[in-house]
Amino acid sequence: MASHDAHAHGHHEDHHHHEEHFISKYIFSQDHKMIGKQFLMTAVFMGLVAMMLSILFRIQLAWPGESSDFLSFFLGEKWAPNGVLKEDMYLGLVTIHGTIMVFFLLTGGLSGTFSNILIPLQLGARDMASGFLNMLSYWMFALSSLIMVVTLFVESGPAMSGWTVYPPLSALPQAVSGSGLGMTLWLVSMTIFIASSLIGSLNYIVTIINLRTQGMNMTRMPLTIWAFFVTAILGVLSFPVLLSAALLLTMDRLMGTSFYLSDIIVGGEMLTNHGGSPILYQHLFWFLGHPEVYIVLLPALGLSSEIIATNARKPIFGYKAMIGSILAIGFLSFIVWGHHMFVTGMNPFLGSVFVFTTLLIAIPSAVKVFNYLTTLWKGSLVLTPAMLFAIGLVSTFITGGVTGIILADSALDIMMHDTYFVVAHFHIVMGMSAVFGMFGGVYHWFPKMFGRMMNTRLGYAHFWVTLIGAYGVFFPMHFVGLAGAPRRYYDYSAYSEFDSNSFELMVDLNQIITIFAIIAALGQVFFLFNFFYSIFRGPKAPQNPWRSTTLEWTTPVEAIHGNWPGELPTVHRWPYDYSKPGASEDFISQITPLEEGEEEH
Amino acid sequence: MENKLIILLVIILGAIAVAQLVRIYELSSKLRKNEEHEISNRDNNLNARMMFGFMLLFFAGFIYLMTAYGWTGRGSAASVEGIEMDWLLNLNFVIIIAVFFLTNFLLFYFTWRFVRKPGVPAFYYPHNNKLEMLWTVVPAIVLAVIIILGLQTWSNLSGPSKPEAEKIELFSKQFDWTARYAGADNTLGLYDYKLTLDNNELALLTTSTIDSSLNNMLNGPTGIRSLQKLLNNRDTVYSDSTMQVLRTDLSRKERLYRFLTQMKENHNPKLDASAWDDIIQKDTLYLCKGQEYEIALRAKDVIHSAYFPHFRAQMNTVPGMATRMKFTPNKTTSEMRDEKNDANFNYILMCNKICGGAHYKMKMVVVVLDRPAYKKWMDGKKKATFKDQYFPVAAAPAATSADTTAVDTMN
Repeated sequence: MASHDAHAHGHHEDHHHHEEHFISKYIFSQDHKMIGKQFLMTAVFMGLVAMMLSILFRIQLAWPGESSDFLSFFLGEKWAPNGVLKEDMYLGLVTIHGTIMVFFLLTGGLSGTFSNILIPLQLGARDMASGFLNMLSYWMFALSSLIMVVTLFVESGPAMSGWTVYPPLSALPQAVSGSGLGMTLWLVSMTIFIASSLIGSLNYIVTIINLRTQGMNMTRMPLTIWAFFVTAILGVLSFPVLLSAALLLTMDRLMGTSFYLSDIIVGGEMLTNHGGSPILYQHLFWFLGHPEVYIVLLPALGLSSEIIATNARKPIFGYKAMIGSILAIGFLSFIVWGHHMFVTGMNPFLGSVFVFTTLLIAIPSAVKVFNYLTTLWKGSLVLTPAMLFAIGLVSTFITGGVTGIILADSALDIMMHDTYFVVAHFHIVMGMSAVFGMFGGVYHWFPKMFGRMMNTRLGYAHFWVTLIGAYGVFFPMHFVGLAGAPRRYYDYSAYSEFDSNSFELMVDLNQIITIFAIIAALGQVFFLFNFFYSIFRGPKAPQNPWRSTTLEWTTPVEAIHGNWPGELPTVHRWPYDYSKPGASEDFISQITPLEEGEEEH
Repeated sequence: MENKLIILLVIILGAIAVAQLVRIYELSSKLRKNEEHEISNRDNNLNARMMFGFMLLFFAGFIYLMTAYGWTGRGSAASVEGIEMDWLLNLNFVIIIAVFFLTNFLLFYFTWRFVRKPGVPAFYYPHNNKLEMLWTVVPAIVLAVIIILGLQTWSNLSGPSKPEAEKIELFSKQFDWTARYAGADNTLGLYDYKLTLDNNELALLTTSTIDSSLNNMLNGPTGIRSLQKLLNNRDTVYSDSTMQVLRTDLSRKERLYRFLTQMKENHNPKLDASAWDDIIQKDTLYLCKGQEYEIALRAKDVIHSAYFPHFRAQMNTVPGMATRMKFTPNKTTSEMRDEKNDANFNYILMCNKICGGAHYKMKMVVVVLDRPAYKKWMDGKKKATFKDQYFPVAAAPAATSADTTAVDTMN
């Protein structure tokens, strides 16, 4: 406490007009911009942890059974005796990698950061509807992140049943050691995370509906806000279902209920549970799990829409169609979850229904891709690092999206299910796209967040290493999957006994993949350095560095509480008046009134 | 320990090196008065060219991977259903690869072609309903074709098998597979997990197995009577936790005993025969070329997945729930060996649902024989039914000799 006080006093002397305490400004802040930055910092940390975990298990996959100092350095004698990863810990690493990436980096980190920073700024609001709930949302996120990281240090190991934690494996500590305390903490962490996400989402929805400034109709909102809006609605409708799934699982684990358990003998013990169904869990899980994919993806698409329009100096093509496809994707995402369950024993007719609804999603997705392409067409592209990441996102969205057509087809999913083909598909379409969207967002709005500029050259280096590295990791995975390699295998030595050609293929490709993974991971040093260095030492940002039309660039460079010093701005036009014929500049801010005789768009 | 120190040092020094490099760069760029938000034409054009170059590299990489690894891994389909699926898969691949090339090309080409040129403004083009309609309708039509073809195949694959299909059960547990052939009557005997004993691992339901389970539950070494004896023994004092464990165990077993008693009362002894003639087979699964199989799937502990990559067949095994699949092998193992030019090749059954530490080792070799060889193997097994195993007096040696015959025939 003493040091905080001292700091606060020093602060006091510098700025007599400002009464904020260090704790209320930087720690328990209720200002949406600070909360957004807190989300971002936490997400960067969690992302690093999850990336490190992936490098650890990639080493095992590329050089199975070989002693690695790197592994023994990070995992010690317990989990990597003589530098060789233990089977159980392999599953633990895979599980926690997936959980952190999906929930903590791409849900909490992406949506939490940019919804918080951009919603009030782009809508012309002083802050979120409830600053206190917003703060609570962050601190619950921080607590759940902490617990999730702590599970890695549990003696019996972290959760080991894959990020989907299907029971009975996740319910029975006799089946795998990670289903003991590690799994309990996983459930605790996720419960807190879900609460955080719900509070956050409700706040975003209320803010978007109620706190738009004068003139900001729903159809004048930037596509970022539309994406955050639909994302928040998806979260509110689907996360409670995950909570119920987790609660029932907790009851099965601790109170002897039989929601998911039936007729089981494990570790020589005959359980009396009867009548439950593991498939019930899968239905509940994927009722969240599929919308979750779009909770991750939509904000990234929203951010990239904004970045692409700004840097192509063109209006986004088909603004209304873009909104329509966001809504369509959001709606359809709720009626497709069964495509994760084609081979679980679900009724085949039900499967056919899910094939139909799932493939429908390809239509709004195609519309989005073609609209991006047309936006680039005849533009005047400024290739900032943010723009490169946004274009990279469109590429990964295509490349990962088309393989989804195969996986959505139940007849083809039979042979592709749970192979590396699936791993390749979702890492490209969801992982890479969302991460690219997030990086693009950070590069683009960094001046708004910190009042300083990031280094462009380092941004380029980061982009190129990431693009080549990440495609180098996930593209060859399709071929490992086509060869039939199941996912979550500790090694592929089984193949050496029955098909040596396939075995060699898998060893070759796995080594290539791991090398690219290490390169891509090292490439993130460019980002980390650039990010932290620029926060403190970057050149001061101008008010509107990218010559953008939206409201956030009309606020002062030095962020203030309440965002605009005087009255809130009034909006007169849509956010995409770039290169409008007859205008003096190639962008017209949303706050500029229409000229006489000018049509809106 | 030394190595760890070195790794740590390398990490730290690496970070310092990057920091220093950037510091130098920053200072030099300050001298040049570089404004970070003004992207120079040089940088812009360089990146545009690199984007186009990346596309070429990306496409070349794809074509290389496709030719080098495209279909080599899994080989051609070895079942009737698999051939139909592979056809559908190839059709889908043609469509998606075309889309992949077209859209990625347009993306990177536009990035290169329309990079900012001084004096050339962007073209204000906010929307065009006809175009948007075009790229809503065309994907919809293509998808309609994909959906219709896919659902036709799906209904063929997931529909009921023919009456003459041979029935096999695959039983999964951590971390191995056991097969059960339906025997002469082609009817799988019933089962109940509560009947699991060392001599009845698959928990088959017959009058004798119920009796022996009841007996074991009551009088076995950890049965109800011995637990009661432990708890009522006044000479020993247990800690509270041990007492708790013993009591829980006792009440669990009493409940199971009641269930078993009910089972015995409701049991119809006529059903015994369908279980007694079943044939239990470990290690290797023998199948017959051209024979359709109706596979019943069962799990003892957690979810597993029966995955036959070469037959293009997969279905989860779920505790407490019966699942099924069907397929018809259409190439013997030796035919496939010739085709792949690999004398050691074998078909395989793998587990493809995470099921614990040794998940990756859970597999069973599958051998497809032609009909005469299969018949010969099956004839050998006729003397190794569940009944023969359960009452082991005469039939025990037959099983091993039958296995050797089959392998001999195949080789």
